[in-house]
Amino acid sequence: MTGKLMNPRSGGLLALAAFIVAVPFLLPNEFYFDVAVRAGINAIVCVGLNLLIGYAGQISLGHAGFLGLGAYTSAILTANYGWHPLAAMALGATLVGVLAFAVARPILRLKGHYLAMATLGLGIIISIVVNNEADVTGGPDGMMVPPLVVFGFEVYGEKIWYWLVGAGLLVSVWLALNIIFSPVGRALRSVHGSEVAAEVSGIDTARYKVMVFVISAILASAAGSFAAHYSGFITPSDVSFFKSIELVTMVVLGGMASIFGAVVGAVILTILPELLTWFSEYEHMIFGLILMLTMIFMPKGLIPTLSVKMRIQGGARVEGKQS
Amino acid sequence: MFSEFLQFLISGVTVGATYALVALGFSIIYNSSNVINFAQGEFVMLGGMSTVFLLSAGFPLPLAILCAIAITVVIGLLLEKLAIEPAREGSVVTLIIITIGASIFLRGATQIAIDKEFHSLPAFSGEEPIMIGGASMLPQSLWIVGGAFVMVLLMWFFFDHMKLGKAMLAMSYNRLAARLVGINVRMVLTLSFVQAALLGAIGGILVAPMSVTYYEVGIMLGLKGFCAAILGGLGRGWGAVLGGLIVGVAEAMGAGYISSDYKDAIAFIIILLVLFFMPSGLLGKRSTERV
Amino acid sequence: MSLLRVENLSKEFGGVHAIADLNFTFNVGTIHSIIGPNGAGKTTLFNLISGIYTPTTGRVFLEDRDAHGLAPFELAAMGLSRTFQNLQIFFNMTALENVMVGLHMRLDSRFWPALLRIGGIGKKEQEAREQAAELMRFVGLEAYLDTDADAMPFGALKRLEIARALASEPKIILLDEPAAGLNTTETEEIDELIRKISETGVTVVLVEHDMRLVMGVSDHILVLDNGRKLGEGTATDIQSDPNVIQAYLGAGHLGNGDADD
Repeated sequence: MTGKLMNPRSGGLLALAAFIVAVPFLLPNEFYFDVAVRAGINAIVCVGLNLLIGYAGQISLGHAGFLGLGAYTSAILTANYGWHPLAAMALGATLVGVLAFAVARPILRLKGHYLAMATLGLGIIISIVVNNEADVTGGPDGMMVPPLVVFGFEVYGEKIWYWLVGAGLLVSVWLALNIIFSPVGRALRSVHGSEVAAEVSGIDTARYKVMVFVISAILASAAGSFAAHYSGFITPSDVSFFKSIELVTMVVLGGMASIFGAVVGAVILTILPELLTWFSEYEHMIFGLILMLTMIFMPKGLIPTLSVKMRIQGGARVEGKQS
Repeated sequence: MFSEFLQFLISGVTVGATYALVALGFSIIYNSSNVINFAQGEFVMLGGMSTVFLLSAGFPLPLAILCAIAITVVIGLLLEKLAIEPAREGSVVTLIIITIGASIFLRGATQIAIDKEFHSLPAFSGEEPIMIGGASMLPQSLWIVGGAFVMVLLMWFFFDHMKLGKAMLAMSYNRLAARLVGINVRMVLTLSFVQAALLGAIGGILVAPMSVTYYEVGIMLGLKGFCAAILGGLGRGWGAVLGGLIVGVAEAMGAGYISSDYKDAIAFIIILLVLFFMPSGLLGKRSTERV
Repeated sequence: MSLLRVENLSKEFGGVHAIADLNFTFNVGTIHSIIGPNGAGKTTLFNLISGIYTPTTGRVFLEDRDAHGLAPFELAAMGLSRTFQNLQIFFNMTALENVMVGLHMRLDSRFWPALLRIGGIGKKEQEAREQAAELMRFVGLEAYLDTDADAMPFGALKRLEIARALASEPKIILLDEPAAGLNTTETEEIDELIRKISETGVTVVLVEHDMRLVMGVSDHILVLDNGRKLGEGTATDIQSDPNVIQAYLGAGHLGNGDADD
């Protein structure tokens, strides 16, 4: 039994579930639940993004674009055309998946800065379109979004949303862990380690890169739909270039190649701006400073850096290098 | 009809000149360190905003300009020493995030040190438009294009004819070999940031009289300048200039003839097309990876 | 049917012929070495055979099947494996995982069963780990079964790459300078390993500079110079071939000294 707990997969999953269940008892009021819900939604995106950036070694500076497409598809179909929210969400995820698939091959042939710029360009174009097509999207002022409907019930209120997002996060993490602890996951990591060595080992690196890109895009889209229904309102600034940077920062801060790191990063960087409003004017300066300092002193991110320190001190044997 | 075209062309070349300076800054830094400096646009912003600040503090314009350039250059130096050098061995993603963090930091610092308002500078030689073939051109346009042209020439002369400049280029071809022949890599790195800051600051000062400057003006300028740099071929000086002009003119034409709502999207559509079909850019070289 | 056949192969880089008009045939079950001075085109040849470069002209045939235009992973599926001159180890993984990547083609790598954790993945992963451990023991790396790749010494990493390359049960394995950077003892160990590999029926092709190793272990040697074939044959043939002696071995080197690099 302890063997199962020490196993990073099930041990970590259990710990996350326990954390999710325990947190509501610690939160004094709705405001905190709101932060928790938003953190959870960000975490779902980050889990997917981490597969792309941390494990497969690619980069995307435009993931807010996928988030936005999911959010706006849900918003438009439910608000303007009366679709059932779950159907709208499914369609959004499908459209985003198709788009990601279409651009993935040409984009992922690029590396480094070129890849970063291509994803950035894509994300910005999406946000400009969303901003301009005011007839459909409400333009810069945004648009209202009807609530989510599950099993005939309208999902309303921070507490219920907390459980919904918590469940969604657990499922996402479970799926991501499954992929990582499998030949597919190792193939992804090999692409990061050395593309040419992966190729000669029989791995179609292009196919795997496309696969992980599409998965991360679909997760972002679903999370975007959640976000839209949750806040009841969506504006282009929710899906801007800054959101893309925020997401990448969460992944990098929490830990590259660490699913739980992605969750931690999302939680920290969702809470941080709330704390920083104390500093209101200094918010940007501090945020930028944190980015720079983290990357200089902890380039692998929080969780991997901490876990290396613990391994050196504690000597606990962890299978593989995942956490 | 023609005068309309000319109008767009003039505004396109004017804006393109600014993009060219930004793109040149990107290229210089990239050449010496393979770093993409996402804070490049902030150098432009700092040039303009510092001048505004000093002017309002009572400095005469020429002095304000010189000091603003100096301030920006010092900031560029600090950026290189404090943020880039410690992380030089990091991955591409790491460095990208550091420079993005730097740009956010600089914006935040400017917002506090000065304000979030829009500002402008007085035009250098008056506001009287010059008429050419039915199109009107502000004198400041001439300053911008002329100033950019002068800076590009100076840079060309430096890299092509001065030993230090050639040493910097050598770094971009093979860093290890450059070190082995005694080129001081760290100095070159610092110098490249100084140059990029200089170019950015001058661009920002030249452009401020014509369009507003404020703490966030660097964001789009930086991104579009980067598009221009890639269009021309990252690391190629003339490519940066060419790329900047093309992006500027394409933007102006697109805004004028097609839709002004999507003006900002043009640079990014260009970049996607370039990256899909011609990643080494117009003047760039193809490189092969050795295994 | 030959295992590897190369016909009129040329590779040009901007006017420079790295390989020019090369023809040779390797048959199954022997140990071949490719030697030649630096710049003779040996690694380029490996890159051409393994699909990393595309020939300018000419063809490569793997078991009489045209390999033209095939990607490296497709050639791997046809039974070709290789190691790299500058190590291409996955430093983001453990040693064991590196070898497990080599097993990729033989494992169940379907996406949906992995995603949903059905089809007994847990058990299959355990079996894969055991197979990888076996391979590591085969190449003499039992001391590193629990080690991270980035904590291993250079000599061990060279053998790790070999273990990874063997994991796919290839028909032919290309070893690019397996003894480069190794001392005499380590080179002898490589010599033994190469023989061991050949005994399992895998055809070994190696590029090497270490003449003692080459002359000792090879059944057949191909000599390249400036991208062209200078000569081929057994060690004795090569050592007495005047062209080879003149161009490469130098007068006085009759197979009993190392080349000095």
